[in-house]
Amino acid sequence: MIRKMIGGVVGASVALGAASTAFAQAAMVQAPTVEQQATMVNKGDTTWMLISSVLVLMMSIPGLALFYGGLVRTKNMLSVLMQVFMIVSIAGLLWATYGYSLAFTGGSPFIGGFGKVLMAGVTSGTYAATFSNNVYIPELTYFVFQMTFAMITPALFIGAFAERVKFTPLMIFVVLWSTFVYYPIAHMVWYWAGPDFLAGQPGDWGYLYGKGALDFAGGTVVHINAGIAGLVGCILLGKRLGYGKEATPPHSLTMTMIGASLLWVGWFGFNAGSNLESNGVTAVAFVNTMLATCAAAVSWAVIEQVVHKKPSMLGAATGAVAGLVAVTPASGLGAPMTSIVLGLVVSPICFFFVSTVKSKFKYDDTLDVFGVHCIGGIVGALGTAIVASPALGGQGVFDYTVFPAAFDASTYNITNQLMIQIQAVLITLVWSGLGTAIIWFVLDKTLGMRISEEGEREGLDIADHGERAYNY
Amino acid sequence: MKFIIAIIKPFKLDEVREALSGLGVAGMTVSEVKGFGRQKGQTEIYRGAEYTTNMLPKVKIEIAASDDLAPRIIEMIQQTASTEAIGDGKIFVLDLASATRIRTGETGDTAL
Repeated sequence: MIRKMIGGVVGASVALGAASTAFAQAAMVQAPTVEQQATMVNKGDTTWMLISSVLVLMMSIPGLALFYGGLVRTKNMLSVLMQVFMIVSIAGLLWATYGYSLAFTGGSPFIGGFGKVLMAGVTSGTYAATFSNNVYIPELTYFVFQMTFAMITPALFIGAFAERVKFTPLMIFVVLWSTFVYYPIAHMVWYWAGPDFLAGQPGDWGYLYGKGALDFAGGTVVHINAGIAGLVGCILLGKRLGYGKEATPPHSLTMTMIGASLLWVGWFGFNAGSNLESNGVTAVAFVNTMLATCAAAVSWAVIEQVVHKKPSMLGAATGAVAGLVAVTPASGLGAPMTSIVLGLVVSPICFFFVSTVKSKFKYDDTLDVFGVHCIGGIVGALGTAIVASPALGGQGVFDYTVFPAAFDASTYNITNQLMIQIQAVLITLVWSGLGTAIIWFVLDKTLGMRISEEGEREGLDIADHGERAYNY
Repeated sequence: MKFIIAIIKPFKLDEVREALSGLGVAGMTVSEVKGFGRQKGQTEIYRGAEYTTNMLPKVKIEIAASDDLAPRIIEMIQQTASTEAIGDGKIFVLDLASATRIRTGETGDTAL
């Protein structure tokens, strides 16, 4: 009797669900007007996206700042904190001035236009598309969420230049790099007309998006992009004085642990927030992020146990960050169990790069921006092709070229997707690598990117900022 | 008068201080120092970069004592600071030419 009743209830709810789906499809509006979009906004989505924006800001300050700051010597602590703090501020202003317009308006497949310069036409009454038909969020919400990504990306690469870069030229570098590297890459990967408009405006997308490259939360745009910039910059900048001769141990791994933990917490805004809505896929991205990070932290500790006989706190924190980086492009596309595999795999690869490759090729990537972010990002970008496969429990890919968006799990092909991912990785490496080299070269010849030898010995805190981190 | 300098393991400081108070030692100066002797340094590894630290942290105790108290102080430090392991430290003794209490201007044993 009870069984029958339960069956009856389930049956009724299924029928109800089907009816509401049918109703929703009948009411689906292609290319809705702004007035119609206003009725398609959900308070839950808006709230989640504003919270996510704050979480991503927390990743930069104080998360990344402390993570990096703890790893430098006492005399350079403030320089790292100040560089991150100012980059966040400058990138925010730049985003409002022209960054958002160049990244997220139509134009060419490679760069957006000037239509939204100085936030023209971006008001409380305009809306941004999500990944679902007829679901919108306020455009200002989207604007500020994406702004926090434009803030953290240039803050990431300063780790490669730490302890010897000059402050003001670095800030000018950030302005030029954002303009010529970040905005174009963000546009190429993430810009598209949206699910209600793409069918009517074929080809209105960024170059890599149009190719079908998958990057859920910024593996190419953020991590590979910043990671290769770090490598190119640190090679052009040269090694620190006494590199390989003087000991340069971290001054506070306590702060590094706090920073890594704040990054971990904030990363839920970064990855789960990248779904732009608050729904089941958001929870998938959330759980994938959690599990990949746990797996990568464990896997790094295990490697150290095997290689050095002692698992270190710095290793665990580095592993966690590597896991977060790797799961970023895959977060909303993979499945929990495949995310664990991704996390387990990324740590040994990054470990090899920061310990063996770096010392073999003798580039002074001070805080391992290349070894963790670029390499972890590449592992993630390529891994995404595998874990996104519906055959492995992944989310697969929607076809947004038709309205409403269609989904056919059987069309997903891992090999084809892997080829597309490889192209996206290579294009990002070349664009960012070349862009960084040119901008760096010009600024180095004109302003000089490196602090004086005396300033480097004294410490950047005194030399560049006239203050000390600790006055006992 | 004698001037006693003892280099000991940091965690032995409290034990030594209490034992010396029991002997009637009225004061001492303590500093955190680094150095090396027969004990080897530690190896630290940060993301694969290995640093060998030759200097180990120790505590240095300085005591000015009268000639008759000095041998007992030396013996007491030797006994309490010992763990019978390498790195327990050393005790050095110097002849002390003079001592002056700044507040009163007293000199010699009374100033100790």
